[in-house]
Amino acid sequence: MASIYRTCPRSGLQFESNAEKLMIANAVAAVVFLLIGGILAIGVVLTRWPAVHWLEADTFYKVLTAHGIDMLIFWIIFFEIAVLYFCSSTLLRCRLATPKIAWLAFALMVIGAVVNNIAVYQGGSSVMMTSYVPMMAAPSFYLGLILFAVGALIGCFVFFGTLVVAKRDKTYQGSVPLVTFGAITACIIAVFTIVSGAIILIPTFLKSVGVIEHVDALVYRTIWWAFGHSSQQINVAAHISIWYAVAAIAFGAKPMSERVSRGAFLLYILFLQLASAHHLLADPGMSTEWKVVNTSYFMYFAVLASMIHGLTIPGAMEVAQRQKGYDKGLFEWLRRAPWGNPVFAGVFISLIGFGFLGGISGVMMGTEQLNMIIHNTIYVPGHFHATVVVGTTLSFMALTFYLIPVLFRREMINPKLAQWQPWLFGLSMYFFCLVMMGAGTLGVSRRHWDMAFAGNALAYEWPGAAYLMMGLVGIAGLGAIIGGAIYIWITVGSLLWGKRLDAGRESREPTPIPPTAPTLAVQSYGSLGFAAPGTFVLAIIFLVSFVLYYFINWKYLSTLWGLS
Amino acid sequence: MSAILPPAERLWWKHPLDRVEGTWIAIAFVWCMVMFFMMVYWHVYGRQNLSTETYKTTPEQFSAKAQAMVDAYTVRTETSMQTPVVAPPAGSDIYMIARLWNFWPILELEKDQTYRLHLTSMDYNHGFSLQPANINIQVVPGYEHVVTVTPNQSGTYSVVCNEFCGIGHHMMVGRIYVK
Repeated sequence: MASIYRTCPRSGLQFESNAEKLMIANAVAAVVFLLIGGILAIGVVLTRWPAVHWLEADTFYKVLTAHGIDMLIFWIIFFEIAVLYFCSSTLLRCRLATPKIAWLAFALMVIGAVVNNIAVYQGGSSVMMTSYVPMMAAPSFYLGLILFAVGALIGCFVFFGTLVVAKRDKTYQGSVPLVTFGAITACIIAVFTIVSGAIILIPTFLKSVGVIEHVDALVYRTIWWAFGHSSQQINVAAHISIWYAVAAIAFGAKPMSERVSRGAFLLYILFLQLASAHHLLADPGMSTEWKVVNTSYFMYFAVLASMIHGLTIPGAMEVAQRQKGYDKGLFEWLRRAPWGNPVFAGVFISLIGFGFLGGISGVMMGTEQLNMIIHNTIYVPGHFHATVVVGTTLSFMALTFYLIPVLFRREMINPKLAQWQPWLFGLSMYFFCLVMMGAGTLGVSRRHWDMAFAGNALAYEWPGAAYLMMGLVGIAGLGAIIGGAIYIWITVGSLLWGKRLDAGRESREPTPIPPTAPTLAVQSYGSLGFAAPGTFVLAIIFLVSFVLYYFINWKYLSTLWGLS
Repeated sequence: MSAILPPAERLWWKHPLDRVEGTWIAIAFVWCMVMFFMMVYWHVYGRQNLSTETYKTTPEQFSAKAQAMVDAYTVRTETSMQTPVVAPPAGSDIYMIARLWNFWPILELEKDQTYRLHLTSMDYNHGFSLQPANINIQVVPGYEHVVTVTPNQSGTYSVVCNEFCGIGHHMMVGRIYVK
């Protein structure tokens, strides 16, 4: 597989032929699973909307299981593999290590995803994404997940190998770019995640085929969450890298300080996985000390890292805009931002939603005592749709719009519609998450087919507000589904019918990244000016919302039954 | 020094910090510490802390204890299932079985009295979701979780299962009365 390098005339990025094909394959597979997951979302949303209550119970649980796995695992990880290859081979301008093995990884992932999906649709594997033992699915359910995970793990090592290739071929000088550093963070977390998954899913698979008799329910939950939660941390590291990349692409923004941003990624590597413990706060067995230490000391360092990224990314945009002359007042830089560009708009809507909706709710949930008032309510999916859909999925969508002309070499069909897509999808998801968390605050359960408990003598009557909220979840969900459909229409349509664009200059040898001239800033520790006051004001607004919401929940908790 | 290019300065870690960043990191760090101390503070001064008292158990052992309580303190039965309503004395050990797909038995407690509530599951994971108070506890098979509860309001409470447990999950609901 000889490498040919082309330099994209629209972006200046250099793509190596093998890496390019693999990125396209992985991204296309991702979009296919997003499409499947999106179709399933219609079933979920229209069933949980009490006035519609569309699907039968067994179909609903089947559809919900498949929706969770297709979205949270297959769509996101296929796309992440494409991002990893982009951040290594493309950004470092080198060939991809072992392309044949990368194709093997891709094949395993496709086979695994298909096998798992078939197992779910056959029925008998409606165990939800968490598949807690002793509730068992068909062996092929676990086998599919294991094959997929092995494929993804191989993909991670192809990424690491590519870093080595770039270093050896001296295609860049000094340190790797910040975005690549973020991708390395994601990949390290991915290795930890996949290994945890293997540790628990392999024995569960063996139990499903009758080799092992017993897998302990609590041990399963503990190790499964080291996989289940950490996989979401891969997303965080990946989409934050994309935010930095888009800030650089849309504004030419430089990181305010490499030291701070890289330090924050380092905190993710060290502490994010331990945050998995917050899934077990309402469980028996673990000691209070274990819960408090893992979800406070450790998780809060990761929270700190996210709060840092949340400042430095818009801060870098602000600095870049001010240098272009948008310098009036606190917010001219933001008013004059390219809101009509879906790449920027998607990322900014993602960033704000991830922080305000996903971040604040996530920290509240991860507090040992406060967890009791939301555990397993629909507040939980409300929270993780704000992190995974508003945060990760919307960022991936924004990046796709950038990649259509650059990587896929097609003119985007319907660019006007693309301008609206992040707004429709993002704002519908904002509202979706808010009303879902509202319903969860009233106690409505997640993963529940019939909140009316029809025909049950002991039925519990939820307050009218809970029904109202769940109706609004339905409406907002449909808005988001339409937004998602527009994304798929534009992406697939552009790939099939978009005007072909010029590939750019090709060569047999990579062109190394030319060293950039150092800036004038003094090379010493110390402080510069106060470069991003607008961002700082936004950050303070964020903090005030955070503090208020946090203490409101403590206030509510204090009114409950005494528990000790 | 764009984020998608290698840093221009080889010694990027010596690049000075902007004061916006430094100030924010300090504020965020302090806030994280406040949140940490809140959890510990609540363990000392708060009244809602989830117990971690846990024992290994089996369905047989746990059923036997629950049955003994039911035999001793049943005051009436309710619903066509003849579910016993049990009024154990204040301060005693009380048992609630979670199983496919009900909670058994119905408990009748007194306001402002304290009980040691034992929870376990006979089969899959279940969720103990006390409504409308909205207190949620995971119920894991094989583990007996002892939670000390002090109801502070009288009324009829429902226990909704909020951990997916199969096709009858949405029918699984129990009850606790507080007098």
